[in-house]
Amino acid sequence: MNKLDKSNSSQAEIMLGNAAVARGAYEAGVKVTSAYPGTPSTEVSENMVKYKDEVYCEWAPNEKVAMEVVIGASQSGARAMTVMKHVGVNVAADPLFTIAYSGVNGGLVLFVADDPGIYSSQNEQDTRLVARAGMVPVIEPSDSEEARIFTKRAFELSEKYDTPVIVRSTTRLSHSQGLVNPEPRVEPPNKPYVRDVAKNVMVPMNARPRHLAVEERMKRLANDSNSLDLHKVTYSDEKILVKNADGAGLSEMKVGVITSGIPYQYVREGLPGASILKLGMVHPLPRRLIEEFASKVDRLYIFEELEPFVEEQVRSWGIDCIGKEIFSIRGEYSIQIIKKEILGEKVEFDTPEVVPGRPPILCPGCSHRSAYSVMKKLKLHAAGDIGCYTLGAFAPLNVMDTCVCMGSSISTLHGMEKAQGREYIKDWVAVIGDSTFLHTGVNSLMNMTYNDATGTVVILDNSTTGMTGHQHHPGTGVSLMGDPAYVIDIAAVCRSMGVNYVYEIDAYDLDLLEKTLKEEVARDAVSVIIVKSPCALLKDFVPKGKCAVIADKCVKCGLCIEPACPAMRKQKDGLIEIDQVACNGCGLCKDLCKFDAISFTPN
Amino acid sequence: MQTKNIMIVGVGGQGTLLTSRILGGIAQLAGYDVKVSEVHGMAQRGGSVVTYVRYGDSVAEPLVEEGQADILIAFERLEAMRYIHFLKKDGILVLNDQRIDPVTVITGAFEYPEDIVEKLKARRTVVSIDAQSAAIGLGNARVFNSVIIGLVAKNLEFSKDDWLGIIEKTVPAKMIDINKEAFLLGYAV
Repeated sequence: MNKLDKSNSSQAEIMLGNAAVARGAYEAGVKVTSAYPGTPSTEVSENMVKYKDEVYCEWAPNEKVAMEVVIGASQSGARAMTVMKHVGVNVAADPLFTIAYSGVNGGLVLFVADDPGIYSSQNEQDTRLVARAGMVPVIEPSDSEEARIFTKRAFELSEKYDTPVIVRSTTRLSHSQGLVNPEPRVEPPNKPYVRDVAKNVMVPMNARPRHLAVEERMKRLANDSNSLDLHKVTYSDEKILVKNADGAGLSEMKVGVITSGIPYQYVREGLPGASILKLGMVHPLPRRLIEEFASKVDRLYIFEELEPFVEEQVRSWGIDCIGKEIFSIRGEYSIQIIKKEILGEKVEFDTPEVVPGRPPILCPGCSHRSAYSVMKKLKLHAAGDIGCYTLGAFAPLNVMDTCVCMGSSISTLHGMEKAQGREYIKDWVAVIGDSTFLHTGVNSLMNMTYNDATGTVVILDNSTTGMTGHQHHPGTGVSLMGDPAYVIDIAAVCRSMGVNYVYEIDAYDLDLLEKTLKEEVARDAVSVIIVKSPCALLKDFVPKGKCAVIADKCVKCGLCIEPACPAMRKQKDGLIEIDQVACNGCGLCKDLCKFDAISFTPN
Repeated sequence: MQTKNIMIVGVGGQGTLLTSRILGGIAQLAGYDVKVSEVHGMAQRGGSVVTYVRYGDSVAEPLVEEGQADILIAFERLEAMRYIHFLKKDGILVLNDQRIDPVTVITGAFEYPEDIVEKLKARRTVVSIDAQSAAIGLGNARVFNSVIIGLVAKNLEFSKDDWLGIIEKTVPAKMIDINKEAFLLGYAV
């Protein structure tokens, strides 16, 4: 059988796109990385740790801090990288937009993972647009091997053009594994540090000339990009049958596609016979290269997920092309889309079965379920935040009413109070996780005490950054590199900011939680209730035991299953059954049962 | 060789990632180009999860699309039903015959369909096993993945020794023996 050359190499390793990014940075001699976890970018940092003997890597409390840490590292002369998801760039935008003015000393790379299809995010924003606003170049790999190579190249480009460089990925690239051929690390010597206030102190008199410098740099890059070896052009003389513009019938012609990143893979496999311009750098665009490519084909398609970023620029140069009128601005692309929209083929497969949906749900033994069951009983509304606990917005919990972005719960609750008065929020709380509180909730709480608020903040503290897969944070006592770390005391932080009513309550002490919630929402002062219990998925979590239904005591009222623990099931006759493998023994069902019909067997 | 398309579906938290990594590993060992596409993040919290494994001489697309899967590995009955239309007409469904109620069933909004296995068998070739019970029989419910992999292995071209080798490379050291045992149990079906 014909085997592939690249996999025959004894060096080839199968690697997640994100792991390959970490590998590329390592090979480039990166010295410092700093990041806040965020799906689909998290595994870059988790893989960086493999190289901790040679690379300093850390979790920062948020993306802005992470960005500034690597800016400092770069200014001192070392290569540095930060890593975040698309919405993290919004948090880091302030330093990013200005460091674009200053430029770099050591190579400075920002790895960003976008999320077309919104698998695990609050929106579907396109980082290329942010990069254009910030005048930062963007390069875009299309598989794991390119993720390694392009990340490496990003450091070189950063130093050559004196600019931060964004390496942009998407969920499908970050979370796909492919073959990679690792190379050795080459650690360049630190760049000498030279004091240069005109370049590095962005006050108006310095920023004005730097603005021009950035524009000049982008022009130079755009020009050089025409011969950049990160782009790949393949011409085909073949004519293929494609759908006519009016949708009626097919015509034979030479077809060209401009694409990049993961969509390139769909074109490569799904449209043999087409000429392809695969852009390695998507910002700034190589105009001459594109004009030349367009002139050699009869019809030009722009195949890019999310916004018409390339398309609008290409059109602005007077080049006729087809893009978003047939390809969606939302979701992921596929070969099917090519078959349907370009080739006019009917894609046939069986009709899908109609089956009950399976949205995500809090795990068995999740302490958030316990906290929410009390809030639900008290008919509280929650201004929500980002984390596993956002699932408290949905049936059957239905406690959370709003969720915008990291840290927003506390400040949105405050805004409601200021708009409607303190009585209005007597049946409201803000709900936020421990990692999210330390990310950007702290500032919002400071705003509450400063501006005479009375709201109640519930911090669901499960001792980890849960949703992204259990990363440490400043409150867990362990660093990314696995070293013991100072533990930020969340209660003490709240008290130090002027919150006089701070409580730490076990998530399963339902009576105390209920009593405290009732008292605190009624109180005309800011209070913080820290609901504590470690995440049941943490490696060192040991279930206390197992719960089981005592059949002859069960009256089939269904009270125990109301918070929808996925380890429980109502049988046909109404009797509740508890899965002995899935049960984590939290005992919430037992506490809710009024008939002593649930037993608990300690381990 | 024609690219082989494998799709693994299940419930977030069941460990479909480990299975897709073992499949990717064995295909690479055999010298193929491989792509494995995974799901991380929110869906892993008990949601419906899908991973894809494609291998062949040269693989571009990381996805397996509707009607294109040679093998559909379903870790749960309802998920088998949800994705059965991804199988080619002559594709094989490898089913872990287990029921996990989704939240929509727990809350009583929907009923869990009763006749899933019959419906699946009417559509495609189905090989199935209750891997969880088999794993519990071996003394550790968590090795049920390896039971399923054993069953999958019967339908792929790689040798038994290669499979055992890749399991040894992928699972934690103290779990190697029991995972091999679980694999052989599935392989013997």
